[in-house]
This record gives sequence, structure tokens and C-alpha cells, in this order.
Amino acid sequence: MELTGAQALIKSLEMQQVEVMFGLPGGAILPVYDPILDSSIRHILVRHEQGAGHMAEGYAQVTGRPGVAMVTSGPGATNIVTPLADAYMDSIPLVVVTGQVATTAIGTDAFQESDITGITMGITKHNWLITDVRDIPRVVAEAFHVATTGRPGPVLIDMPKDVANSRMEWYWPEPGDLDLPGYHPMTVGDPKLIRQAAELLLAAERPVVYAGGGILKARAADGLRELAERTGVPVVTTLMARGSFPDSHPLCLGMPGMHGNYTAVTAMQSSDLLIALGSRFDDRVTGRVDAFAPGAKVIHVDIDPAEHNKVRRADVAIAGDCRLVIDELLVALADLGLPHSEATRGGAGGAPSDAVPGAPAVPGSVADSHPRRRLTPWRAQLGEWQRRFPLVYDQQPGSGALKPQFVLEALRDATPDDTIVASGVGQHQMFASQWWQFDYPYTWVNSGGLGTMGFAVPAAIGAKVGRPDKMVWAVDGDGCFQMTAQELVTASSERIPVKIAILNNAYLGMVRQWQEMFYEERYSEVYLSPDLPDYVEWAESMGCVGIRVESTEEVSSAIDKANDVDDRPVVIDFRTDAFEKVFPMVAAGDSNDNIVVDPSLTRDEDR
Amino acid sequence: MSVYGADRRHHTLTVLVENKAGVLARVAGLFSRRGYNIFSLAVAPSDDERFSRITIVVDVESSPLDQIMKQLDKLIPVVAITELDPAMARERELLMATLEAGPDTRGQIIQLVGVFEGKIVDVGHDRLTVALEGAPTKLDDFEDLIRGYGIVEMQRTGRVALPKLDRSGDHGSLHLAGSPIGHDTEKAG
Repeated sequence: MELTGAQALIKSLEMQQVEVMFGLPGGAILPVYDPILDSSIRHILVRHEQGAGHMAEGYAQVTGRPGVAMVTSGPGATNIVTPLADAYMDSIPLVVVTGQVATTAIGTDAFQESDITGITMGITKHNWLITDVRDIPRVVAEAFHVATTGRPGPVLIDMPKDVANSRMEWYWPEPGDLDLPGYHPMTVGDPKLIRQAAELLLAAERPVVYAGGGILKARAADGLRELAERTGVPVVTTLMARGSFPDSHPLCLGMPGMHGNYTAVTAMQSSDLLIALGSRFDDRVTGRVDAFAPGAKVIHVDIDPAEHNKVRRADVAIAGDCRLVIDELLVALADLGLPHSEATRGGAGGAPSDAVPGAPAVPGSVADSHPRRRLTPWRAQLGEWQRRFPLVYDQQPGSGALKPQFVLEALRDATPDDTIVASGVGQHQMFASQWWQFDYPYTWVNSGGLGTMGFAVPAAIGAKVGRPDKMVWAVDGDGCFQMTAQELVTASSERIPVKIAILNNAYLGMVRQWQEMFYEERYSEVYLSPDLPDYVEWAESMGCVGIRVESTEEVSSAIDKANDVDDRPVVIDFRTDAFEKVFPMVAAGDSNDNIVVDPSLTRDEDR
Repeated sequence: MSVYGADRRHHTLTVLVENKAGVLARVAGLFSRRGYNIFSLAVAPSDDERFSRITIVVDVESSPLDQIMKQLDKLIPVVAITELDPAMARERELLMATLEAGPDTRGQIIQLVGVFEGKIVDVGHDRLTVALEGAPTKLDDFEDLIRGYGIVEMQRTGRVALPKLDRSGDHGSLHLAGSPIGHDTEKAG
């Protein structure tokens, strides 16, 4: 069967079971758009290529399948650079196809030419410029293999127009036909190291599991839960790992880091053993590295060995897939005499039955079996911190300014427990991570490593496309919303009913907070105005339902109204308090010991 | 003054890479974006046309060697990395230099080149171009000695290296990923 390169590319995507792709056509990619008309693949036409990339990321994060985006050469390709960088930082599997000028024109500064393989070399796991039409099926198969195995990540295929128009005899490569002699990701951990890790774990008195995004990538949430319950070791879930361990679980300490809660941060600082599972000692978690968890030994499990000893020296560094290593670790623990736990608590599926905010994390049924008994004082200490330093905010009733945390609590309580939440970057992101209760994996979609403002709207759309059965809310800031809001046109026209909660404080809030705290309240270029644009009118002009909320009394009814809309997107413009700051906070570059909690808590301490 | 010498800051990596367009850019780009310093770099096809060999002398003061090797290893076209301990390697480099060589000094220069077993590759009225191949330390010594005559232009290729042969009878060859030779690192995703 003879096909054009364009047909072969689309057929190759079909062979990879691609159901949907996000994109926007243009000159150089025109040939490839023609066979889309005859393909089973759903194509979602975005309004800006950045939107295509973030949609593909949102899709990938909630489905575990690679997200696919297709754009044209030149500006189309450069517009998707930010999502590629974002996906690279957060290890999200993406396959991006870019059009390219004809091979004969490459290097001549042709119209809409850009060296996108050169530009994206440092922000993709790998990229390919196809120069021979016969390479297409093999390169597509290689691209999906590289994107989804090992440490997942984005890849890019650059497709010159003349190659797309050339003809080739169709074939589909067998796994052995892939030409990747230098790519053999390791997945199984070294048994000797796993045994050492088990020994360290049983000897520890103040252990903490430091769970990162790798838990979700490895689909290891069940294993993590079993590990925690059998050992009684408490778990912190990083920004990238929210939902990988249920917030309602008594052993869950929540998010660590710059805006983590006091107990999670201080537990790590006081720990004698950090069990880092798919986490990478990011600066937003460690604070000042030489002051981070100074008394802790470190077990570091990561599928990417380059993460070992990059930031923090590991006592036991295990290269492998988190799911497989946790399974082996459980076997090693049993060999060392750790009894199997009948005391599986927390209910099936993370039902928040025993979620008592601030309650000491000392379940009696676990505390009395022997290796776990050792941890009783530690868990008592953690419970004490949780009681003394909960997350707090002060919502004045009536006409008082609407607090963002109040909105998030109302939203959390009025939506199904498995609602998918996407967020942008800034204060609203931290508030969302702090105040939502994540009890299910793959329900939190955000931009962690790169910190991409404008991520929320397109990522939520991609998530809803991937999981149409679930309610999807984006929690966004007003600054973020303005960066990518045009994709709500995409959502309206494609009937993708996402819901957007704008926490509109009329500022670039996180920058404002830093200027208040560290720049003597000299506010430089952070004011945005609450009314310009008019978010309700803007939403309606994009085919969405627009709602404005200015006081606490209006919050519930607005959310209920939004939840009832199922045929189009909804945008709620919550007018929130511009002066609210995110606490706790560790100043950039400072030691986590110097965590600043909400001022109201320290006033209590001074009494 | 020794530029290379037995300086502990400098380690030699031989990197077997796929012989594909853009591979050198990927390697060089990795070094620059992660802030690793390259001291010298030489690249040439290997005996297998599918692969090229890049010999990189890295400055490990900028970053630990372990990190450099692991990050290199993540590049998909990198097939194998071997760290060569200078004591366990045969290293060679080529130096070419054009020197001021008036009537007074020409004889001395020719003599010096002879002592070092180099070659005179070009002769002008008052200049000579000389070439010397050898171990980097030998080239360092030669460079020191010719400097006084006035170097007009000089180029060094950067070193290439292969492991010393094991005479115990165990004939190894440079394997692909995961080989037991040297400090090959396992390939990783």
C-alpha cells in the first residue's frame, strides 16, 4: 500500500491508538491536515498553539496516555515551545508534530522557517527531523516509545512539507525495528539496594515518605498506600504528587515546600530518614539545600539516575520504576519480619471517613504492632504540630472581603470528591493545593517545575477531553486567565464543558506578596484591575456562562449554578481579597527551619 | 606550564554516539545548558559507520563527573560512555604550529622538532610550520619549548584516547551500553 508521508504520519498516529489531538494548521503542515478528514482521530482546533500544548499536557496527566499536538512551522512551532518546556520539567509524555519548510528550503531563512529541533533540544527528551519519507512510521513508533517509557517526557517530530508530500510503501515497525541503540531505560531496582532501604526503613525513628510526581507517573499510588500503611510511615505529597496519597488518610501530612503546611515541612526537617519516591529535591521543596533535613538519611528511588545525588546525596539510591521498587520493597520488608497489616485504615478508595482535620495521626490499630510501635512518639509529635499549626484564614462574615480560601473550601465541598482540578501558577495555585482535599490520583493538574502562568484553562480543557466522565474545574488567577482565556472559544465550539473559577484579586498576586514582604511594599507593575477586562462579558462573548461573585453569600449559589451547566463552559469571576497572602511561607533561599506561619498562629503562641 | 598534564580537574570521556545529524549539537548543548565546562572535544567516525566517537575532556570543577556522565547518558543518541583514567589510557593529540624562524633560530627549531620526532610540514622565508603528534603531556612540553621562538599560530586537536590493552589475555572490546569496560554507565531513560 503506497501512502503519502502525510497519510503515513496520520496512520502511524492511529497505530499508536491516538484518539485525540490538539492543533492548529498552517502552511508547512497543510499536507498532514488533509488525511485528518479521513481519520478516526478527533482533532481539536485550538486558538493558539500554546493552548494545544497545554491541552495535550492536561490530557496526558489525567489519562496517563501521551498527549498529541500538531502545529505548523515557524511561529506555530515556537508557540508550542512553552508547553514543551513545561512538559519536560514535569515529565509529561507529549508527542508534538511540527510542520517544517521543505528540506530544500531548510537553512535559507524561508517563510515561516524556524530551527525547532535546535530550539527544543534542551526541552525535549528527544526530537527528530524527518528527512526521508520511509522513516515516518519508525520515527513515530520511536517517538511514542521514548515519550512514554523510562522517565516520561515530551518529544517532537519535525515534518518538512516535501517529505509529507512524498510517497512511501506503508509498513509498521515491530518493536525490534526501532533504531534506539542508546535507549534502554531501567525499571527494576537493584535487590541489594532495596534490601538496604528496607533495613534503613525499619530502623528509622522519624521517617517520612517524600512522595513526588514519579508516584503518579509510575501508577504507584496503591503501592505507596500499602507501604505507608504497613510501615506506619507518614507521607508528604509534593505539588506534583497531590492525590497520589489521600489527603484524608491519617498518615498524610500534605504538601511540603515553600508554601507547604507546617507539619509537612517540619516533619522533613526533623526526620531521620527521608524515603524519596519519584521526587527530585526541587528547590521549592528543600529551601536552602545545606539546611534541608539535616539529620536525615536519604533513600532515593527515581527512574532517572541523574536525579540521584544531584541536589542531595542519597544513602541508598535506587534507579527504577517507583511501582516496581515499592512492590519489591514490600517483599523485602516482609522478609525482614514486618508483619502484613490487617489494619488497613482510611477506608476503601480513600473515603474521607476518618478525615479529622488537625487530628493526631496516631491510629491505634497500627501503633501497637512491633516495628510500627517505634513510630508512636514520632506520630504523636506530628499530631501535635498539626494541632498547633493548621492551615488557617480569617473570613469575616457579611460584607468582609471574600477570601480565596473560603471560595476554595466552598468549591471543594460542593463538587464530587473525584473532581479534577487544574490550576495556573501563583497564589491561587498554592491556595488550591492547600485547601482542596485530594483523595484520588490524577485529579490535580498543574504546572509545577516550569511554573507556567496560563496553564489552567487549556490544561483543564485537555483534562476534560481525556476524562469526559469527570467534573473538571480550573482554579485560575486573573493574571493567568488573561494569558490563555481564548481557549474557552475552543471549549465552547467543541462543547467541552469545563468550569473556571477565577480568583480575581486584581493583582499578580504572588508577585504582589513578594513585593509586600521583601520589597518594602513597593508595588511595581503588579496591579491588573478587577474590571478590565469584564470577565463575565468576556466569558459570555466566548460562548460560556459568566457569573460574578462579590460576597460570601453569593458563593454557594454561583457554584451550584455552574455545576448544573453541562453543555458549555462556565466562568465564575470571584472578586477576592487582594491583600490575602499565602502562608505558611519559607522565603526563597532560606532554611525550611525559618518557616513563617500565618501571623494569627504566632500570636496564639505568644499568649 | 602544563595545560593538560595530570591535572585532576580534567577527566577524559569517550562517548560513543549514533552517527546522526545534530548529535554533536546535542552533546555540546547539554554541556552549555547545564554549565559543564568542556576542556577539549574531538569527534570522528568510529570503525562502525553507525557510530561516531566523541572524546571529551571535561572540567570536573564545574560539576561532579557522575552528574555529567548521567546527564550525557540521558541523551538518546548516546550509546555508551567510558571514563578513561589517564593512567589506563593511550592518549594522543596533534599539534600544529607556525613559528618565527629567521636564520638565527631556524636550525635550533629543526633540531628541536627532530628531538621530539615531529615534522616540518611547511617552510617559508622566515617561518616554519611544524607538526607533532603524541601524548598531550609531550605536546605540552614541546609547546613550552617553542614558545620562546615566537608562535605565529598554533592549533591543537584535543585529545583522543583508547583504553590500554589488557595483556592478561582477556581480550575485551568497547561494548555498547552496559559493558563492563571502564566506567560505562547503564543507559537510562
